[in-house]
Amino acid sequence: MSKPKVAFYWCASCGGCEETVVDLAEDILGVVAAVDIVLWPVAMDFKYKSIEDMPDKSITATLLNGAIRSTEQEEMARLLRRKSQFLLAYGSCAVSGGIPGMANQFPREQILKFNYEECPTMVNEKKVHPQVSCSDEGHTLKLPQLHNVVRSLDQVVDVDYYVPGCPPTPKITKAAVTALLEGKLPPKGSVIGPDAALCEECPRKASKPSVWDYTQFVRPHHKLLDPEKCFLAQNVICMGPSTRAGCEGACTTGGMPCTGCFGPTSRVTDQGAKMMSSLCSNILAKDEEGINKTLDTIPDPIGTFYRYGLAKSILRRKVNLPA
Amino acid sequence: MSKEWKPRIVAFFCNWCTYTAADLAGVSRLKYASNTRVIRLMCSGRVDPQFILDALSKGADAVLIGGCHPFDCHYAEGNYKCLRRFEMLKRMLKDMGVEEDRIRLEWISAAEGAKVKTVINEMVTKVTELGPLGMPQKFEEWDKEMEQLTHHVQAADAAQGAPCCAHAQPQKKEVAHV
Repeated sequence: MSKPKVAFYWCASCGGCEETVVDLAEDILGVVAAVDIVLWPVAMDFKYKSIEDMPDKSITATLLNGAIRSTEQEEMARLLRRKSQFLLAYGSCAVSGGIPGMANQFPREQILKFNYEECPTMVNEKKVHPQVSCSDEGHTLKLPQLHNVVRSLDQVVDVDYYVPGCPPTPKITKAAVTALLEGKLPPKGSVIGPDAALCEECPRKASKPSVWDYTQFVRPHHKLLDPEKCFLAQNVICMGPSTRAGCEGACTTGGMPCTGCFGPTSRVTDQGAKMMSSLCSNILAKDEEGINKTLDTIPDPIGTFYRYGLAKSILRRKVNLPA
Repeated sequence: MSKEWKPRIVAFFCNWCTYTAADLAGVSRLKYASNTRVIRLMCSGRVDPQFILDALSKGADAVLIGGCHPFDCHYAEGNYKCLRRFEMLKRMLKDMGVEEDRIRLEWISAAEGAKVKTVINEMVTKVTELGPLGMPQKFEEWDKEMEQLTHHVQAADAAQGAPCCAHAQPQKKEVAHV
């Protein structure tokens, strides 16, 4: 019997997810022995044409990382969906838009103008912007277009499983790959990871306060932090209570608060709103002036509470931007 | 939008004060704008910011929250929790481009039937001036940029005689909630 075919693909992402596949270390040899890799642009040379020529559903599983932000990424997402039995949204960007999803706060033209004209490291005297097509000596060259909206993978095509994390940990990646290879699959639409808050597996949990009474919030570089005490007890915003477990407290063990990359648990839709709700109800002040004085210490609410999930949040995008 | 557009306002009223005040406005036969849909909760402290975002994303043009006056909450602290969440949400919605007048929090005691009338009428006037928020239409508009490729893929499918575009439709669940 031939080996199951697996594809890895990347869209709007940083490459960190690809790194995790390599971080499987010697376990990757077992994976490579068990499967045929048919597409992996970051590591191996395959042509899109050979994927197009494959019969539909002939790839057992595709692990796709990165948000969908351009027509090319959208086309590849659709192609790989057709050719795959299982499509996995791999990493925060594919699951919920991730860091690129924060671009949903700005109009596309402003982003292009900054990157091609105003960015301090850019020299572009003719103010050339990328074009969708251009002609030279009778040949027409076509380039992908940047969408107005950054999307999670499931806002474009049907997704079978979600592997969260920025990036997903090797352990969770192994769990997903093993489930696929052994055919022990959870119900469609499942997130691979425990359905509990990060606090459940955080080593600092014992010192998590029951009454908080905040008068201000501080950022990790503002003060010398106790390496063992709950961040929330030290006035540092930690997304742990509204974030899914599964990373085993990678950041909180390493001295940094959780920023929420594993997304919400199954009982929450909008991770950012839930965290705002939980955190702010614990402010000490009872009058508008006092409350706002405390809230002034959160300079960027969207970047703080929606760092990985803006594209998949209830509003998705700044509401008054052009389509 | 047609000329007949009228604002739709979702109102979350607490059982002990504001909902009773709305009842009082009713039995007192006070006339006020009919644009609100009132949802009764036990306490304004039960208003999860997700409810407000959900209402807006499903077509509400504005959201009104009514609770007990300070020192008067049936559960002692619920209205303070509501106020703190509301102040945070106001900041977040401002960053997301939603006009400030689309959400409002008012303390209305069980005796203040007339205040229900005043607040709702004021809000309807303000939101009428702002015009529709129209989130469901916005979601549709935003996703139009994917239509071109959908047509392209469907044409390719048709050519191959293998339609498999059930997944090409934008997923409903993206705006859904618990």
